[in-house]
Amino acid sequence: MNYVALKMLFGDRAKYLMLLCGLTFAVMLIVQQGAIFWGLMMWSQASISNLNVPIWITDPGIAQVDEVKPLADTAVDRVRSVDGVEWAVPLYKGLLRARLANGEYHQITLTGLESATLIGRPAEVLEGRFEDILQPDAVVMDQWAVERMGGPTVVTVGTIFELNDKLARVVAIAKTQKSFTNIPVVYTTYDRAVRYAPRERRTLSYVLAKSKDGAPVADVIQRIRTQTGLGAFTEEDFGWKTILWVLKNTGIGINFGTTILLGFIVGMAIAGQTFYLFTVENLRQFGALKAMGASTFTLARMILLQAFTVGLTGYGVGIGLATVFGYLTASGGGLPFAETWQLLLLVLVALLVICTFSALISIIKLARLEPAIVFR
Amino acid sequence: MNDDTQPAAVRARGIVKSFGAGDTQVTVLKGIDLDIYLGELLLLVGESGGGKTTLLSAIAGILDIDDGDIGVLGVPLSALPPGKRTRFRGQTMGFIYQQFNLLPALTAAENVAVPLLIQKIRRPEALRRARAMLDRVGLGDRVDFLPKNLSGGQQQRVAIARALVNEPRLLICDEPTAALDGPNGQKIMELLREVGRSPDRCVIVVTHDSRIFHFGDRMANLTDGRITNIERIQQEGTV
Ligand SMILES: Nc1ncnc2c1ncn2[C@@H]1O[C@H](COP(=O)(O)OP(=O)(O)OP(=O)(O)O)[C@@H](O)[C@H]1O
Ligand SMILES: [Mg+2]
Repeated sequence: MNYVALKMLFGDRAKYLMLLCGLTFAVMLIVQQGAIFWGLMMWSQASISNLNVPIWITDPGIAQVDEVKPLADTAVDRVRSVDGVEWAVPLYKGLLRARLANGEYHQITLTGLESATLIGRPAEVLEGRFEDILQPDAVVMDQWAVERMGGPTVVTVGTIFELNDKLARVVAIAKTQKSFTNIPVVYTTYDRAVRYAPRERRTLSYVLAKSKDGAPVADVIQRIRTQTGLGAFTEEDFGWKTILWVLKNTGIGINFGTTILLGFIVGMAIAGQTFYLFTVENLRQFGALKAMGASTFTLARMILLQAFTVGLTGYGVGIGLATVFGYLTASGGGLPFAETWQLLLLVLVALLVICTFSALISIIKLARLEPAIVFR
Repeated sequence: MNDDTQPAAVRARGIVKSFGAGDTQVTVLKGIDLDIYLGELLLLVGESGGGKTTLLSAIAGILDIDDGDIGVLGVPLSALPPGKRTRFRGQTMGFIYQQFNLLPALTAAENVAVPLLIQKIRRPEALRRARAMLDRVGLGDRVDFLPKNLSGGQQQRVAIARALVNEPRLLICDEPTAALDGPNGQKIMELLREVGRSPDRCVIVVTHDSRIFHFGDRMANLTDGRITNIERIQQEGTV
């Protein structure tokens, strides 16, 4: 009877396509919304992921990465002396004002990397050489800085501008993931960053570290915490801490979450509704089968098969379309879009649940159906 | 052949069925007694809205009745739990409807194979038997046609093939010729009579169509919720 079920499903092309369109649209809606949401979350911890180092040492009371609580300069050495730490380097991160030659002011995030290792440097450089950052007054900008400040005609390799009244010269353009606040990132060395920055009692923003091979990261982090009294997190944990902070303390969690939830509910309602209508329209055919002796169990199996077949097809097509959408709109990284496997799995599970659910409603309707309708 | 001493294939006693409730309640069947014997084709006639279809549904066990007993081939239908009743129906009864009720997405052969597939017979075997049955109703050259590409008479013959394919002992037909023109209706009735004549089967046909009355062995008249009279039909003669 599976064969009959599938033929019923595919037999009426127009109806099948309608059904498929409904499900595809639902999946697309959810995946797209979810991917945008997740993309935004990725952005919110971009200043962590952009540096790509395994361990972050912070003030013990740190809330999130963009709210720097400076540490004492001795922290770097104290971390280095912890058992199992392979290396530890200082990081400066602070908001400064840049003044361009055209007189415009822009707020930037100044990131100071240890000059000996340049640990935390961006993986990809679009223009120039990152190593030139060691030259006097040299800084590297990310592509968003170029975009925000007026494009390549205003800022490019060789451009000179002022940082806190001190001279800075762009030697390279690096590629980074866009951040949530979209504040341009300017890289320089740690020592020079401290000189650019306004005079403060403490200048060390974070210590970046890596555990030795063979030393379990969790153990090393625990030891750093107890021996230095500082906060220590894996890159991932610190990212999550930041994401959760953003969700809790900004409107994004509520606002965007509501939109997504609505998209989810609407999508699922469409999916359930279309499939339910499909069975209702086929009620007479199912009634005929029932009159011919098909058990409710057999009919239930047929309906579930139809539901899963069309559901999974819709899932595939919907994801395909959402991916194309994401690729077209967000391939440059200018819009948030992160289609992770977790999201796809979640949508799959939700879709299967909703297909089962609407199939169940149809099955209940069929179980109650008096096959006598076929005589009418 | 169908003398009254023979046990009835269908034995209905005191069937009562109402629809609706309160002021709008209508009692359609008001105590029906009816026997149908093996080897006969029984015609059921009566005014429109008189309850003929309702009675057929009750005999088939696809409609719950309010009162009375129905036995089919010695099995008391009302005593069977729904699942068993459905299976029993699949094994012993075939149906032919006014609205053929073919599955539009299936070919003629596939439609005919459905009752066999329901009985868990494998598809190749079911299709083989379906084709053979289509051959018997004169549609051997139309096995792979979709219903929409068949004429009304051909569709009804597919429906008959479907009803006969698992060799049901009781064939239930509700106005099988109503959607057909005269010659096609005659052909269908010839087929049904052939089935009814086989000694271990019986056929019940609801009809309005006086042109086919002579195909029946007996005719029962359903008026005002009761069977008012049953008469034997002179073979090949008038009523
Ligand atoms: N499911 C139902 N709910 C309510 N009333 C019903 C239902 N089925 C049948 N009836 C009523 O029962 C009566 C008998 O209907 P039925 O279909 O059995 O008549 P019929 O003799 O087959 O008529 P026809 O010759 O026109 O086919 C009608 O008045 C009809 O309105
Ligand atoms: Mg009727």
